[in-house]
Amino acid sequence: MSDGDDGALIPAPASLADLRRHTAARVALGRAGNALPTAAHLQFTLDHAKARDAVWSAIDGTRLIEALRARGLKAAGTASRAGDRATYVRRPDLGRQLPAETAAGLRTSLGPARIVLVIADGLSAAAVEANALALVDALAPRLAAEGHGIDAAVVVEQGRVAIGDPIGAALGADLVIMLIGERPGLSAADSLGCYLTFRPVAGMPDSGRNCVSNIRPEGLPPANAAFKIAWLAREALRRELTGIDLKEESAAELAARPAAALIEGA
Amino acid sequence: MAYSIALDGTTWRFPDLRDLMAKATPRRSGDELAGIAAESAVHRIAAQMALADAPLADFLSATFVPYETDDVTRLIVDGHDPAAFRPVAAMTVGEFREWLLSPLATAEALAALRPGLTPEMVAAVSKLMRVQDLVLVAAKVRVVTAFRNTIGLPGRLATRLQPNHPTDDSRGIAASLIDGLLLGAGDAVLGVNPATDGVQDYIRVVTLLDDIRTRLKVPTQTCCLGHVTTAIKAIEQGAPVDLVFQSIAGSEGANAGFGVSLALLAEARDAALSLGRGTAGRNVMYFETGQGAALSANAHHDVDQQTMEARAYAVARRFEPLLVNTVVGFIGPEYLYNGKEITRAGLEDHFCGKLLGLPMGVDVCYTNHCDADQDDMDALFLLLANAGVNFVITVPGADDVMLNYQSLSYHDALGAREITGRRRAPEFEAWLAEVGLGDGAGRLYPGAEPLAMRPALAALAHRLDAAE
Repeated sequence: MSDGDDGALIPAPASLADLRRHTAARVALGRAGNALPTAAHLQFTLDHAKARDAVWSAIDGTRLIEALRARGLKAAGTASRAGDRATYVRRPDLGRQLPAETAAGLRTSLGPARIVLVIADGLSAAAVEANALALVDALAPRLAAEGHGIDAAVVVEQGRVAIGDPIGAALGADLVIMLIGERPGLSAADSLGCYLTFRPVAGMPDSGRNCVSNIRPEGLPPANAAFKIAWLAREALRRELTGIDLKEESAAELAARPAAALIEGA
Repeated sequence: MAYSIALDGTTWRFPDLRDLMAKATPRRSGDELAGIAAESAVHRIAAQMALADAPLADFLSATFVPYETDDVTRLIVDGHDPAAFRPVAAMTVGEFREWLLSPLATAEALAALRPGLTPEMVAAVSKLMRVQDLVLVAAKVRVVTAFRNTIGLPGRLATRLQPNHPTDDSRGIAASLIDGLLLGAGDAVLGVNPATDGVQDYIRVVTLLDDIRTRLKVPTQTCCLGHVTTAIKAIEQGAPVDLVFQSIAGSEGANAGFGVSLALLAEARDAALSLGRGTAGRNVMYFETGQGAALSANAHHDVDQQTMEARAYAVARRFEPLLVNTVVGFIGPEYLYNGKEITRAGLEDHFCGKLLGLPMGVDVCYTNHCDADQDDMDALFLLLANAGVNFVITVPGADDVMLNYQSLSYHDALGAREITGRRRAPEFEAWLAEVGLGDGAGRLYPGAEPLAMRPALAALAHRLDAAE
């Protein structure tokens, strides 16, 4: 294949290469006849494979629970009523439900707990594996500085966001902080999302939660995410609510603090 | 009215048309999620056989969603034209299928029939059709609309150029837009799905799109796909709004979930018409639909998701849109599980929309938690191109970096044109030739950007750099 005038490949005009400065979109690809050049075609299939692997990968629950316990947290593992990945993607309702006996088991082993951390695979176990512990390490000292502790942690397999509600209810929680793998795109397969829910009960509307999304080093880095989440947690407990009536305003506080304090997690 | 059929000594019973339709619909994860699907493959075929024997006229008295509590039902029932219905009034659903496939169903006959058809009738007959049937019948139907160019003429296929950006950055949007125009995309609309939801951001996006369109003299229309209420506010503030966009669904409750009503849509259309921006025509609305929307809003009334989708088309046709597209694989595998279900649904949606008289487009697409890939998109796109789809969505390299899903690329449209001979909207095709991008028959020249575009592109690049 040649880049020359008589070659099969029609490269994008040189002036168009500048377009790439402005967007992560797949612009200025050139063409092979009326199709994609080979390199662009294969790069797309590689990115799709990564995203697919992220969806169908599983979290190592045992390792994650051990890592949480090593940090001094009371932790346990569980699964939603969606038995496997194929059921999970078809049946979002089952991914939101906790078997009744599991709720009782969690209550016995962990409860009661005021602040509950839930970590679920969601649509990207890769996001959990890559970013969850880094976020916990940044978040725990920030919560502690506000006088709050994580009283229990639950690792959930085949979990949707709303499964935090029956878990929180079983443990009598004032606040559930849920970390969950987001739906992967081709440009990011490992984004973690965080949802905060005050005094959750099963059947809560999503408008009753706050969300911090795109948590990953190239998106919202865990240290910065922890700052926002701690701010939301503090205000949720102080105002006794989450959701559309709690607008995140941590940026104003952030601007008033030296950058070093943020980076060091002080 | 109850329906039943005996097969191999077993009698299968269906209490009403709504249940019969749900059991007869091809396998779909959303209907299983809703708990209304057939319990076995034989159960499904028994339902299809019973449906084939059901008189088409039964649909005029059947209840799918109650008339008293649903304005979409009232729109369907009150708007039915018995005179237009007369040619098919005595047929069963099965006989209607055969009539549609026959030479009797010409483009003219199908156009005359439109006001006599209800969404439930077209959904029913589509359930008895194979993929080739859906393509064959839809290919006979023509729906032509116009704003600044003309969409839907025979032998034509338009594309929406979708230059989305994760933060609606003006330079990022412009970069994707220029890239798409140079690849010959955008005759259906230059349309951005905004990541931000404020009126000021909406105005900034439509102004940017309008600037680029006028600077390059592109005979097409632009759209920011924000909420209809945002569009109305932007129009009040004097923003250059060509098309007003809204997602719609097939019941009053599901539309309420989108924050819209029939009255609000009428208000938005009046606002857009008041600007008088169209030069070739007065179709000012752009609607998006998709199977599963009513179920996810918990407003599906135990009606199968494909029939609910067809009911959304009754809403759309009331407002004479320029464009309607089903975002077929966007919502996820809980509604359409894999490439096979997406392909079937895309062709059903296109068929039903066209029979009801809509300028149907399709976002040929999927998410990464769905069992589908670009091969499935190629297959569906080539089927749709042959079925005469009015337009498809195209994004840079088929990867949307804002919505995190995959659609078709600008290249895919070029390839399908080469394969099928489909051409762009005539006004847009003439523009491509004028600026030296194409040869007048729709083929793009190889090589660099054309001489005629250079000064305009240079000015644009300068302006974007200055904005940094």
